[in-house]
Amino acid sequence: MMQSSPSAIELLESVTAFLRNDAIPKLSGREAFDARVAANVLDIVERELRLAPKTDAAERDSLTRLPGIREDTFEVMNRQLCEKLASGQYGFDTPGLIDHLWMITLNRLSIDQPGYSSYHAAIHNRSQP
Amino acid sequence: MKTITPSEAESQLCERLFQVTRRVDPNVTALTGLCRLSGGANQETWSFTAQSPAGETPMILRRTMASGKPATSPEPAAMSTMALEACLLGHAASAGVAVPQVQTVLEPDDGIGDGFLMNFVAGETLGGRIVRDTAFTGARKVLAYQCGQALAAIHQIPVAPLPDLPVLTAIETIDGYLAQHRASGTLRPVFELAFQWLGNNLPSPPEQNVLVHGDFRNGNLIVGGKGLRAVLDWELAHLGDPMEDLGWLCVNSWRFGRTDLPVGGFGHRKDLIAGYEAGGGSVDIARVRFWEVLGCLKWGIMCQGMASAPPDGKPRRVERAAIGRRSSETEIDLLNLLAPCEGDK
Repeated sequence: MMQSSPSAIELLESVTAFLRNDAIPKLSGREAFDARVAANVLDIVERELRLAPKTDAAERDSLTRLPGIREDTFEVMNRQLCEKLASGQYGFDTPGLIDHLWMITLNRLSIDQPGYSSYHAAIHNRSQP
Repeated sequence: MKTITPSEAESQLCERLFQVTRRVDPNVTALTGLCRLSGGANQETWSFTAQSPAGETPMILRRTMASGKPATSPEPAAMSTMALEACLLGHAASAGVAVPQVQTVLEPDDGIGDGFLMNFVAGETLGGRIVRDTAFTGARKVLAYQCGQALAAIHQIPVAPLPDLPVLTAIETIDGYLAQHRASGTLRPVFELAFQWLGNNLPSPPEQNVLVHGDFRNGNLIVGGKGLRAVLDWELAHLGDPMEDLGWLCVNSWRFGRTDLPVGGFGHRKDLIAGYEAGGGSVDIARVRFWEVLGCLKWGIMCQGMASAPPDGKPRRVERAAIGRRSSETEIDLLNLLAPCEGDK
Protein backbone atom coordinates (compact mmCIF):
# COMPACT_ATOMS: atom_id res chain seq x y z
CA MET A 1 0.00 0.00 0.00
CA MET A 2 1.22 3.46 -0.82
CA GLN A 3 2.37 5.29 2.29
CA SER A 4 0.82 8.75 2.45
CA SER A 5 2.80 11.39 4.22
CA PRO A 6 2.12 12.58 6.85
CA SER A 7 0.57 9.30 8.01
CA ALA A 8 -2.90 9.21 9.59
CA ILE A 9 -1.27 8.87 12.99
CA GLU A 10 0.93 11.91 12.38
CA LEU A 11 -2.09 13.94 11.22
CA LEU A 12 -3.90 13.05 14.43
CA GLU A 13 -0.89 13.99 16.52
CA SER A 14 -0.85 17.45 14.92
CA VAL A 15 -4.55 18.00 15.58
CA THR A 16 -4.28 16.81 19.18
CA ALA A 17 -1.28 19.07 19.80
CA PHE A 18 -3.19 22.01 18.31
CA LEU A 19 -6.16 21.32 20.58
CA ARG A 20 -4.07 20.94 23.73
CA ASN A 21 -1.48 23.66 23.15
CA ASP A 22 -3.45 26.33 21.29
CA ALA A 23 -7.22 25.90 21.36
CA ILE A 24 -8.03 24.54 24.82
CA PRO A 25 -6.17 27.28 26.77
CA LYS A 26 -8.46 29.84 25.07
CA LEU A 27 -11.67 27.98 25.96
CA SER A 28 -13.57 27.86 29.22
CA GLY A 29 -16.41 26.01 30.92
CA ARG A 30 -18.31 23.41 28.98
CA GLU A 31 -16.39 24.01 25.73
CA ALA A 32 -13.02 23.55 27.43
CA PHE A 33 -14.27 20.33 29.01
CA ASP A 34 -15.60 18.98 25.70
CA ALA A 35 -12.40 19.96 23.89
CA ARG A 36 -10.27 18.11 26.46
CA VAL A 37 -12.50 15.06 25.99
CA ALA A 38 -12.14 15.47 22.21
CA ALA A 39 -8.34 15.45 22.51
CA ASN A 40 -8.55 12.29 24.60
CA VAL A 41 -10.80 10.71 21.97
CA LEU A 42 -8.21 11.49 19.29
CA ASP A 43 -5.62 9.76 21.47
CA ILE A 44 -7.81 6.64 21.45
CA VAL A 45 -8.08 6.79 17.66
CA GLU A 46 -4.33 7.22 17.35
CA ARG A 47 -3.64 4.23 19.62
CA GLU A 48 -6.18 2.16 17.73
CA LEU A 49 -4.50 2.94 14.39
CA ARG A 50 -1.14 2.05 15.85
CA LEU A 51 -2.05 -1.05 17.87
CA ALA A 52 -5.15 -2.63 16.33
CA PRO A 53 -3.42 -4.42 13.42
CA LYS A 54 -1.36 -6.40 15.93
CA THR A 55 -4.05 -6.89 18.59
CA ASP A 56 -6.69 -7.88 16.01
CA ALA A 57 -4.37 -10.50 14.55
CA ALA A 58 -3.62 -11.89 18.03
CA GLU A 59 -7.32 -11.97 18.92
CA ARG A 60 -8.22 -13.70 15.68
CA ASP A 61 -5.50 -16.26 16.13
CA SER A 62 -6.57 -16.96 19.72
CA LEU A 63 -10.26 -17.25 18.71
CA THR A 64 -9.50 -19.94 16.14
CA ARG A 65 -7.78 -21.99 18.84
CA LEU A 66 -10.82 -22.00 21.16
CA PRO A 67 -12.62 -25.36 20.98
CA GLY A 68 -15.42 -25.48 18.41
CA ILE A 69 -15.09 -21.95 16.97
CA ARG A 70 -15.53 -22.08 13.18
CA GLU A 71 -13.14 -19.90 11.25
CA ASP A 72 -15.01 -16.94 9.80
CA THR A 73 -14.93 -13.16 9.92
CA PHE A 74 -13.79 -11.57 13.15
CA GLU A 75 -17.32 -10.54 14.07
CA VAL A 76 -18.86 -13.93 13.36
CA MET A 77 -16.22 -15.70 15.44
CA ASN A 78 -16.80 -13.30 18.33
CA ARG A 79 -20.53 -13.90 18.00
CA GLN A 80 -19.93 -17.65 18.25
CA LEU A 81 -17.87 -17.06 21.41
CA CYS A 82 -20.58 -14.89 22.98
CA GLU A 83 -23.30 -17.40 22.10
CA LYS A 84 -21.33 -20.28 23.60
CA LEU A 85 -20.91 -18.29 26.81
CA ALA A 86 -24.57 -17.26 26.90
CA SER A 87 -25.78 -20.84 26.37
CA GLY A 88 -23.44 -22.19 29.03
CA GLN A 89 -21.57 -24.34 26.50
CA TYR A 90 -18.45 -22.37 27.48
CA GLY A 91 -17.57 -21.68 31.08
CA PHE A 92 -14.68 -20.95 33.43
CA ASP A 93 -13.18 -24.40 32.72
CA THR A 94 -13.17 -24.12 28.90
CA PRO A 95 -9.53 -24.62 27.83
CA GLY A 96 -7.91 -21.34 26.82
CA LEU A 97 -11.01 -19.25 27.46
CA ILE A 98 -9.87 -17.22 30.48
CA ASP A 99 -6.47 -16.57 28.88
CA HIS A 100 -8.26 -15.40 25.74
CA LEU A 101 -10.51 -13.04 27.73
CA TRP A 102 -7.55 -11.59 29.63
CA MET A 103 -5.63 -11.06 26.42
CA ILE A 104 -8.44 -9.28 24.56
CA THR A 105 -9.27 -7.19 27.62
CA LEU A 106 -5.69 -6.04 28.18
CA ASN A 107 -5.35 -5.32 24.46
CA ARG A 108 -8.58 -3.33 24.45
CA LEU A 109 -7.46 -1.28 27.45
CA SER A 110 -4.09 -0.59 25.82
CA ILE A 111 -6.15 1.29 23.22
CA ASP A 112 -9.16 2.59 25.19
CA GLN A 113 -7.78 3.47 28.66
CA PRO A 114 -4.09 2.69 29.18
CA GLY A 115 -4.14 4.99 32.23
CA TYR A 116 -6.72 2.90 34.09
CA SER A 117 -5.52 1.73 37.51
CA SER A 118 -6.56 -1.93 37.06
CA TYR A 119 -4.70 -2.05 33.74
CA HIS A 120 -1.53 -0.73 35.35
CA ALA A 121 -1.80 -3.27 38.16
CA ALA A 122 -2.35 -6.16 35.72
CA ILE A 123 0.55 -5.16 33.49
CA HIS A 124 2.77 -4.75 36.55
CA ASN A 125 1.80 -8.21 37.88
CA ARG A 126 2.43 -9.80 34.49
CA SER A 127 5.88 -8.34 34.18
CA GLN A 128 6.87 -9.84 37.56
CA PRO A 129 8.79 -13.12 37.24
CA MET B 1 -41.68 31.08 18.16
CA LYS B 2 -39.08 33.06 20.01
CA THR B 3 -36.45 30.89 21.66
CA ILE B 4 -35.03 32.24 24.88
CA THR B 5 -31.30 32.45 25.40
CA PRO B 6 -29.61 30.65 28.28
CA SER B 7 -29.06 33.90 30.16
CA GLU B 8 -32.74 34.86 29.76
CA ALA B 9 -33.74 31.41 31.02
CA GLU B 10 -31.42 31.85 33.96
CA SER B 11 -32.78 35.25 34.95
CA GLN B 12 -36.31 33.85 34.64
CA LEU B 13 -35.32 30.95 36.90
CA CYS B 14 -33.76 33.38 39.38
CA GLU B 15 -36.94 35.48 39.44
CA ARG B 16 -39.21 32.51 40.12
CA LEU B 17 -36.79 30.90 42.53
CA PHE B 18 -36.85 34.12 44.54
CA GLN B 19 -40.60 33.69 45.07
CA VAL B 20 -40.10 30.07 46.17
CA THR B 21 -37.35 31.10 48.57
CA ARG B 22 -39.64 33.71 50.12
CA ARG B 23 -42.05 30.90 50.91
CA VAL B 24 -39.28 29.36 53.04
CA ASP B 25 -38.23 32.67 54.57
CA PRO B 26 -40.40 35.77 53.94
CA ASN B 27 -37.47 37.98 54.98
CA VAL B 28 -35.40 37.09 51.92
CA THR B 29 -34.74 40.24 49.92
CA ALA B 30 -32.69 38.93 46.99
CA LEU B 31 -31.01 35.91 45.44
CA THR B 32 -27.39 36.08 44.35
CA GLY B 33 -24.82 33.83 42.73
CA LEU B 34 -27.21 31.47 40.95
CA CYS B 35 -24.96 28.86 39.40
CA ARG B 36 -25.54 25.45 37.87
CA LEU B 37 -23.44 22.74 39.49
CA SER B 38 -22.44 19.57 37.71
CA GLY B 39 -25.40 17.32 37.46
CA GLY B 40 -26.90 14.43 35.58
CA ALA B 41 -28.52 14.65 32.17
CA ASN B 42 -32.03 14.58 33.65
CA GLN B 43 -31.55 16.29 36.98
CA GLU B 44 -30.16 19.75 37.49
CA THR B 45 -28.52 21.03 40.65
CA TRP B 46 -28.17 24.79 41.21
CA SER B 47 -26.56 26.68 44.03
CA PHE B 48 -27.49 30.21 45.10
CA THR B 49 -27.44 32.48 48.12
CA ALA B 50 -30.55 33.90 49.75
CA GLN B 51 -29.95 37.42 51.09
CA SER B 52 -31.92 38.63 54.07
CA PRO B 53 -31.42 41.20 56.84
CA ALA B 54 -30.30 38.30 59.05
CA GLY B 55 -27.48 37.44 56.64
CA GLU B 56 -26.65 35.14 53.75
CA THR B 57 -27.99 31.59 53.44
CA PRO B 58 -26.44 29.33 50.79
CA MET B 59 -29.05 27.00 49.29
CA ILE B 60 -29.41 24.28 46.68
CA LEU B 61 -32.13 23.70 44.09
CA ARG B 62 -32.59 20.18 42.75
CA ARG B 63 -34.95 20.04 39.82
CA THR B 64 -35.87 18.29 36.64
CA MET B 65 -37.70 19.99 33.78
CA ALA B 66 -40.64 17.63 33.42
CA SER B 67 -41.11 17.60 29.66
CA GLY B 68 -43.48 14.69 29.25
CA LYS B 69 -40.69 12.29 28.41
CA PRO B 70 -41.69 8.65 28.67
CA ALA B 71 -40.56 7.09 31.93
CA THR B 72 -37.60 4.78 31.49
CA SER B 73 -38.42 2.64 34.49
CA PRO B 74 -41.57 0.57 34.93
CA GLU B 75 -42.26 2.00 38.39
CA PRO B 76 -45.68 3.45 39.05
CA ALA B 77 -45.65 7.22 38.74
CA ALA B 78 -47.54 7.75 41.97
CA MET B 79 -45.08 10.45 42.98
CA SER B 80 -42.64 12.35 40.81
CA THR B 81 -38.98 11.32 41.11
CA MET B 82 -38.06 14.60 42.74
CA ALA B 83 -40.93 14.61 45.21
CA LEU B 84 -39.98 11.06 46.08
CA GLU B 85 -36.37 12.07 46.64
CA ALA B 86 -37.46 14.94 48.89
CA CYS B 87 -39.65 12.57 50.86
CA LEU B 88 -36.85 10.01 51.27
CA LEU B 89 -34.46 12.74 52.43
CA GLY B 90 -36.96 13.51 55.19
CA HIS B 91 -37.16 9.87 56.27
CA ALA B 92 -33.36 9.52 56.15
CA ALA B 93 -32.91 12.65 58.28
CA SER B 94 -35.34 11.28 60.90
CA ALA B 95 -33.32 8.04 60.97
CA GLY B 96 -30.16 9.99 61.76
CA VAL B 97 -28.56 9.66 58.31
CA ALA B 98 -26.51 12.72 57.33
CA VAL B 99 -28.45 14.34 54.48
CA PRO B 100 -29.22 17.87 53.31
CA GLN B 101 -32.39 19.26 54.85
CA VAL B 102 -35.31 19.76 52.45
CA GLN B 103 -36.69 23.30 52.76
CA THR B 104 -39.64 23.19 50.39
CA VAL B 105 -40.90 21.13 47.46
CA LEU B 106 -41.65 22.94 44.17
CA GLU B 107 -45.29 23.25 43.17
CA PRO B 108 -46.58 23.31 39.57
CA ASP B 109 -47.47 27.02 39.94
CA ASP B 110 -43.84 27.82 40.75
CA GLY B 111 -43.15 27.28 37.06
CA ILE B 112 -39.60 25.98 37.41
CA GLY B 113 -40.19 22.27 37.00
CA ASP B 114 -40.27 19.45 39.47
CA GLY B 115 -37.88 19.61 42.40
CA PHE B 116 -37.11 20.99 45.83
CA LEU B 117 -34.90 23.39 47.76
CA MET B 118 -32.46 22.11 50.33
CA ASN B 119 -29.81 23.60 52.56
CA PHE B 120 -26.24 23.77 51.30
CA VAL B 121 -23.85 21.33 52.94
CA ALA B 122 -20.21 22.41 52.70
CA GLY B 123 -17.68 19.80 51.62
CA GLU B 124 -16.28 17.91 48.67
CA THR B 125 -18.16 15.60 46.31
CA LEU B 126 -15.49 15.00 43.67
CA GLY B 127 -14.30 11.43 44.14
CA GLY B 128 -10.80 12.06 42.82
CA ARG B 129 -10.19 14.79 45.41
CA ILE B 130 -11.68 12.73 48.23
CA VAL B 131 -9.29 9.84 47.56
CA ARG B 132 -6.17 12.00 46.99
CA ASP B 133 -6.25 15.48 48.58
CA THR B 134 -4.30 15.88 51.80
CA ALA B 135 -7.27 17.88 53.15
CA PHE B 136 -9.08 14.54 53.47
CA THR B 137 -6.29 12.44 55.02
CA GLY B 138 -8.14 12.35 58.33
CA ALA B 139 -11.50 11.84 56.67
CA ARG B 140 -10.24 8.81 54.75
CA LYS B 141 -9.35 7.08 58.03
CA VAL B 142 -12.97 7.12 59.21
CA LEU B 143 -15.02 7.33 56.01
CA ALA B 144 -15.47 3.60 55.30
CA TYR B 145 -16.66 3.06 58.87
CA GLN B 146 -19.02 6.05 58.64
CA CYS B 147 -20.40 4.76 55.31
CA GLY B 148 -21.09 1.42 57.02
CA GLN B 149 -22.95 3.20 59.82
CA ALA B 150 -24.95 5.33 57.38
CA LEU B 151 -25.92 2.31 55.27
CA ALA B 152 -27.00 0.37 58.37
CA ALA B 153 -29.20 3.31 59.37
CA ILE B 154 -30.71 3.57 55.86
CA HIS B 155 -31.43 -0.16 55.76
CA GLN B 156 -33.22 0.02 59.11
CA ILE B 157 -35.63 2.78 58.09
CA PRO B 158 -39.12 1.30 58.52
CA VAL B 159 -40.48 0.51 55.07
CA ALA B 160 -44.22 0.74 55.78
CA PRO B 161 -44.42 4.55 56.07
CA LEU B 162 -42.32 5.09 52.92
CA PRO B 163 -43.95 6.14 49.64
CA ASP B 164 -44.42 3.48 46.96
CA LEU B 165 -41.04 2.20 45.85
CA PRO B 166 -40.30 -0.53 43.32
CA VAL B 167 -38.91 -3.82 44.62
CA LEU B 168 -35.78 -4.70 42.65
CA THR B 169 -34.59 -8.28 42.98
CA ALA B 170 -31.23 -9.55 41.82
CA ILE B 171 -32.78 -11.55 39.01
CA GLU B 172 -34.86 -8.64 37.74
CA THR B 173 -31.81 -6.42 37.80
CA ILE B 174 -29.82 -8.99 35.81
CA ASP B 175 -32.66 -9.51 33.31
CA GLY B 176 -33.06 -5.77 32.80
CA TYR B 177 -29.38 -5.24 32.07
CA LEU B 178 -29.19 -8.35 29.89
CA ALA B 179 -32.06 -6.99 27.78
CA GLN B 180 -30.31 -3.62 27.54
CA HIS B 181 -27.05 -5.30 26.53
CA ARG B 182 -28.74 -7.48 23.91
CA ALA B 183 -30.52 -4.42 22.49
CA SER B 184 -27.18 -2.64 22.08
CA GLY B 185 -26.01 -5.44 19.79
CA THR B 186 -22.41 -5.16 21.00
CA LEU B 187 -20.34 -8.30 21.43
CA ARG B 188 -18.55 -8.44 24.76
CA PRO B 189 -17.46 -11.92 25.78
CA VAL B 190 -16.42 -10.76 29.28
CA PHE B 191 -19.95 -9.46 29.92
CA GLU B 192 -21.31 -12.85 28.81
CA LEU B 193 -19.02 -14.58 31.31
CA ALA B 194 -20.23 -12.21 34.03
CA PHE B 195 -23.91 -12.84 33.18
CA GLN B 196 -23.22 -16.57 33.34
CA TRP B 197 -21.49 -16.27 36.73
CA LEU B 198 -24.28 -14.10 38.13
CA GLY B 199 -26.93 -16.57 36.95
CA ASN B 200 -25.04 -19.44 38.61
CA ASN B 201 -24.42 -17.55 41.83
CA LEU B 202 -27.79 -15.92 42.50
CA PRO B 203 -28.27 -15.34 46.21
CA SER B 204 -31.50 -16.42 47.85
CA PRO B 205 -33.99 -13.57 48.31
CA PRO B 206 -33.06 -11.36 51.29
CA GLU B 207 -34.81 -12.02 54.60
CA GLN B 208 -36.65 -8.80 54.06
CA ASN B 209 -36.64 -6.13 51.38
CA VAL B 210 -35.23 -2.96 52.88
CA LEU B 211 -34.81 0.59 51.61
CA VAL B 212 -31.79 0.49 49.30
CA HIS B 213 -30.21 3.86 48.42
CA GLY B 214 -29.32 2.54 44.98
CA ASP B 215 -26.41 4.88 44.17
CA PHE B 216 -24.37 5.03 47.38
CA ARG B 217 -20.84 5.60 46.08
CA ASN B 218 -17.88 7.95 46.14
CA GLY B 219 -19.15 10.88 44.05
CA ASN B 220 -22.57 10.99 45.72
CA LEU B 221 -21.21 11.75 49.19
CA ILE B 222 -20.35 15.14 50.64
CA VAL B 223 -17.13 14.76 52.60
CA GLY B 224 -15.53 17.23 54.97
CA GLY B 225 -12.32 17.18 57.00
CA LYS B 226 -13.86 14.85 59.58
CA GLY B 227 -15.52 12.53 57.08
CA LEU B 228 -19.07 11.98 55.86
CA ARG B 229 -21.24 15.09 55.88
CA ALA B 230 -24.17 14.09 53.65
CA VAL B 231 -25.51 11.31 51.43
CA LEU B 232 -26.86 12.65 48.11
CA ASP B 233 -28.72 11.44 45.02
CA TRP B 234 -31.54 9.29 46.26
CA GLU B 235 -33.38 9.06 42.94
CA LEU B 236 -32.48 5.39 42.37
CA ALA B 237 -33.77 4.31 45.80
CA HIS B 238 -35.83 1.12 45.82
CA LEU B 239 -36.64 -1.85 48.00
CA GLY B 240 -34.33 -4.84 47.87
CA ASP B 241 -31.27 -6.58 49.23
CA PRO B 242 -29.31 -4.38 51.67
CA MET B 243 -26.04 -5.92 50.46
CA GLU B 244 -26.62 -4.24 47.08
CA ASP B 245 -25.54 -0.87 48.52
CA LEU B 246 -22.36 -2.32 50.07
CA GLY B 247 -21.40 -4.05 46.82
CA TRP B 248 -22.00 -0.92 44.71
CA LEU B 249 -19.84 1.20 47.04
CA CYS B 250 -16.93 -1.22 46.42
CA VAL B 251 -17.11 -1.22 42.58
CA ASN B 252 -13.65 -0.31 41.28
CA SER B 253 -15.02 2.43 39.01
CA TRP B 254 -15.58 4.64 42.09
CA ARG B 255 -12.12 4.10 43.55
CA PHE B 256 -10.65 6.84 41.35
CA GLY B 257 -7.36 5.06 40.85
CA ARG B 258 -7.00 3.80 44.44
CA THR B 259 -7.70 0.19 43.48
CA ASP B 260 -5.99 -0.96 46.67
CA LEU B 261 -8.71 0.66 48.80
CA PRO B 262 -11.85 -1.26 47.89
CA VAL B 263 -14.35 0.98 49.69
CA GLY B 264 -14.70 3.99 47.41
CA GLY B 265 -10.93 4.33 47.00
CA PHE B 266 -10.72 5.62 50.60
CA GLY B 267 -11.10 2.63 52.91
CA HIS B 268 -10.98 -1.05 53.71
CA ARG B 269 -13.79 -3.57 53.69
CA LYS B 270 -13.21 -4.46 57.35
CA ASP B 271 -13.93 -0.86 58.36
CA LEU B 272 -17.09 -0.72 56.23
CA ILE B 273 -18.25 -3.97 57.84
CA ALA B 274 -17.35 -2.78 61.34
CA GLY B 275 -19.35 0.42 60.83
CA TYR B 276 -22.29 -1.50 59.41
CA GLU B 277 -22.29 -3.88 62.37
CA ALA B 278 -21.88 -1.04 64.87
CA GLY B 279 -24.98 0.47 63.25
CA GLY B 280 -26.91 -2.72 63.94
CA GLY B 281 -26.61 -4.43 60.56
CA SER B 282 -25.04 -7.72 59.62
CA VAL B 283 -22.92 -8.30 56.53
CA ASP B 284 -23.04 -11.29 54.18
CA ILE B 285 -19.72 -11.12 52.36
CA ALA B 286 -20.71 -13.48 49.54
CA ARG B 287 -23.76 -11.34 48.81
CA VAL B 288 -21.69 -8.16 48.81
CA ARG B 289 -19.37 -9.80 46.29
CA PHE B 290 -22.33 -10.83 44.11
CA TRP B 291 -23.62 -7.25 44.07
CA GLU B 292 -20.14 -5.89 43.42
CA VAL B 293 -19.88 -8.10 40.31
CA LEU B 294 -23.37 -7.08 39.24
CA GLY B 295 -22.57 -3.43 39.95
CA CYS B 296 -19.45 -3.56 37.84
CA LEU B 297 -21.38 -5.16 34.96
CA LYS B 298 -24.20 -2.61 35.35
CA TRP B 299 -21.76 0.28 35.04
CA GLY B 300 -20.17 -1.32 31.96
CA ILE B 301 -23.56 -1.62 30.29
CA MET B 302 -24.50 1.92 31.34
CA CYS B 303 -21.31 3.26 29.72
CA GLN B 304 -22.17 1.37 26.58
CA GLY B 305 -25.74 2.68 26.71
CA MET B 306 -24.65 6.30 27.15
CA ALA B 307 -22.58 5.94 23.99
CA SER B 308 -25.42 4.52 21.90
CA ALA B 309 -26.16 6.44 18.71
CA PRO B 310 -28.80 9.20 19.00
CA PRO B 311 -32.04 8.15 17.29
CA ASP B 312 -32.10 11.27 15.08
CA GLY B 313 -29.00 10.12 13.21
CA LYS B 314 -26.92 13.04 14.47
CA PRO B 315 -23.43 12.30 15.78
CA ARG B 316 -22.97 11.46 19.45
CA ARG B 317 -21.83 14.33 21.66
CA VAL B 318 -18.14 13.89 22.31
CA GLU B 319 -18.49 13.21 26.04
CA ARG B 320 -20.98 10.43 25.39
CA ALA B 321 -18.90 8.95 22.60
CA ALA B 322 -15.87 8.87 24.88
CA ILE B 323 -17.70 7.15 27.71
CA GLY B 324 -18.43 4.20 25.41
CA ARG B 325 -14.73 3.44 25.45
CA ARG B 326 -14.81 3.23 29.23
CA SER B 327 -16.80 0.03 29.35
CA SER B 328 -13.55 -1.86 28.79
CA GLU B 329 -12.54 -0.65 32.27
CA THR B 330 -15.34 -2.72 33.72
CA GLU B 331 -14.24 -5.74 31.68
CA ILE B 332 -10.86 -5.85 33.41
CA ASP B 333 -12.53 -5.28 36.78
CA LEU B 334 -14.92 -8.17 36.10
CA LEU B 335 -12.00 -10.43 35.20
CA ASN B 336 -10.19 -9.37 38.38
CA LEU B 337 -13.28 -10.34 40.38
CA LEU B 338 -14.14 -13.56 38.57
CA ALA B 339 -10.91 -14.94 37.13
CA PRO B 340 -7.94 -13.21 38.79
CA CYS B 341 -4.54 -13.98 37.27
CA GLU B 342 -1.98 -16.02 39.20
CA GLY B 343 -0.37 -13.70 41.69
CA ASP B 344 -3.24 -11.18 41.67
CA LYS B 345 -5.00 -10.28 44.90
